Amino acid sequence: MGADGAEPIGRGVTRITPRAGWPVLDVRELWDYRELLYFLVWRDIKVRYKQTVIGAAWAIIQPVFAMVIFTIFFGMLAKLPSGNLPYPLFYYSGLLPWLYFSGAFQHATNAIIDHQRLITKVYFPRLLLPLAAVVCGLVDFAVAFVILVAMMAFYGIAPAAGVLLLPIFLLLAVATALGAGLWLSVLNATYRDVRYVVPFLIQLWLFASPVVYPSSLVPEAWRWLYGLNPMAGVIEGFRWALLGQGQPPALLGVSAAVVALVLLGGVIYFSRAEETIADIV
Amino acid sequence: MSRVAIRVEGLGKRYRIGRRERYHALRDVLARAFSGSVDAGAPDLAGAPGDSLWALKGVSFELGEGDILGVVGANGAGKSTLLKILSRITGPTEGYAEVRGRVGSLLEVGSGFHPELSGRENVYLNGAILGMRKVEIASKFDEIVAFAEVERFVDMPVKHYSTGMYLRLAFAVAAHLQPDILLVDEVLAVGDVSFQRKCLGKMGDVASGGRTVILVSHNVLAIEYLCRSALLLEQGVVACRGTPRTVLEEYLGRSTAVARRVDLDSVRTRSGSGQIRLASVEIGTLEGPENSVIRSGDGFVIRLGFRCRERVVRPVFSVAIYSLSGVPIFAVHTSDASIDIRDLAHDGCIELEIARANLMPGRYWLHVAVGDEMDPHRYDHVLNAVALELEPADVYGSGKLGAAGWTVVFLDCRWRLTRESRVGSR
Repeated sequence: MGADGAEPIGRGVTRITPRAGWPVLDVRELWDYRELLYFLVWRDIKVRYKQTVIGAAWAIIQPVFAMVIFTIFFGMLAKLPSGNLPYPLFYYSGLLPWLYFSGAFQHATNAIIDHQRLITKVYFPRLLLPLAAVVCGLVDFAVAFVILVAMMAFYGIAPAAGVLLLPIFLLLAVATALGAGLWLSVLNATYRDVRYVVPFLIQLWLFASPVVYPSSLVPEAWRWLYGLNPMAGVIEGFRWALLGQGQPPALLGVSAAVVALVLLGGVIYFSRAEETIADIV
Repeated sequence: MSRVAIRVEGLGKRYRIGRRERYHALRDVLARAFSGSVDAGAPDLAGAPGDSLWALKGVSFELGEGDILGVVGANGAGKSTLLKILSRITGPTEGYAEVRGRVGSLLEVGSGFHPELSGRENVYLNGAILGMRKVEIASKFDEIVAFAEVERFVDMPVKHYSTGMYLRLAFAVAAHLQPDILLVDEVLAVGDVSFQRKCLGKMGDVASGGRTVILVSHNVLAIEYLCRSALLLEQGVVACRGTPRTVLEEYLGRSTAVARRVDLDSVRTRSGSGQIRLASVEIGTLEGPENSVIRSGDGFVIRLGFRCRERVVRPVFSVAIYSLSGVPIFAVHTSDASIDIRDLAHDGCIELEIARANLMPGRYWLHVAVGDEMDPHRYDHVLNAVALELEPADVYGSGKLGAAGWTVVFLDCRWRLTRESRVGSR
């Protein structure tokens, strides 16, 4: 941090006017408040594990249990195909990005209503709230990732060269959670019904993503439609990058485009609502 | 002539009444859409005039750097809305405001405090929320903790703090923000008297340090003590601007014909979850016509009308009397005295009869609330709901008011002079 890092936020003249035209995302202001993002994430993590007995182990327990259950029911009993991968590895590598996404998405959806009091009493860029929600999930993801590495070592599977692309797939998952979360956080604050819709939506989304089955199960003719679900690209990408299974997702471009649209629309929608959100919640 | 720190020009804020509902249900919107109503999802402008309320209208003023402005006005006059716009919490509907420098707003103490986190952690979190940098907080950390007098408890979760410690710490963080412009709303209404004095002192320091302050308060004394100029808002419009004394006289004068009955539905500055809402408050006489004056030493009755939105178990109503300068004088809960309400599911009215008001002549504020045993403000809490005006009376039967000017209560008492030189013997 340089000398200007200590420069207080918000010097100069601020002009407060009614909203006119398209909202412009104030990137500079967002950057000014970067430390608040850090503190919000830090608070969420700290509070989450403060009074738990096993603390951060929860981040591992959830995906591991889901993996065991999936392996037994979808793998050993239903005998769904898993490419040429061992079932536990197949499911765990899918669950990892999926659980990150579903958690971050749900957390982001509640970002505004969880901070009602704050929003009506203090000004700061509201975008930080959903942003903190999706960043926070990355910590759990990192913890659970260690298990995946251990499992790969156990099964003797070395990562393919595509592993270099892994950050891109992760970024895509973050962007998807944020984009969808931005839309739904505002809707959630305006219409409280949304709270009941989201878990249902996540459940549907799970079945529309190749977590319990490989996407090769989807008929060729419908692949393009399937690719519209960015999480399909992300999860396939994960398996490909880490385990070398299947092809690099052909529909990555489509997925990325969809995410870009959702995210851009979300930022605009959120920024428009930002000014009046304190009157609604 | 100093530079202008705040310029407000034709500022207006309109609330749609519908927007002020706690929230919409999607169902209602869908129902309206299907019934073909034009209003469904229509933009703000489409609402009929009756659907909106101007909380502020055509407000213009300038404030020089280092000025301290007190804003007064009745409930719902737009004071809080003005601060919310200046602190950018909500946007104006028309007009504009320009603020020079860093704005610190203190609309509530302890915004964003998390009960599970320690005092230390909360100082950093709250500081960041208020717009401070980490290095800045770190450099002021010891000062903040010392001001709050919580050194020994700084690593304890704040949920174990007493209310006083909690408030002191929260105020301390905000007071050390060192903004160029400080916006303060009613913060002094919380805490005990020594805490209030400390806050006043700190705010005086901030002000004398050349910072610009806008202070919204019902605390007339605080405004007179701290501010160099004042502004009276009335129904969203600037009614008067001038020295604190002239504005306060105008303010107090305007409300001389105090309403004995106040409809609380339009009050927006309230807290609570709303299962029960206090709909009206009325001060009535015990004997004689309802509108006759109430004098010092008279009895009177306070009637609270309420609306029940859902069934609540063991509600507790309370009434508190505050002096104009914000000192709590008296408070009573239904659970304290002679009445125990099992549950409530319908609208109604509850009456508190005060047999004899042992209060000196003058004006007092009534705060009213409804909650439960755990939190007496849980459902609804309206500060300064109605003014109680007590006319002078010959309370000691001597034809003189005596020390009325600077005391608040009088006790039923009698002097007796005896020949005994020893005190206490009979």
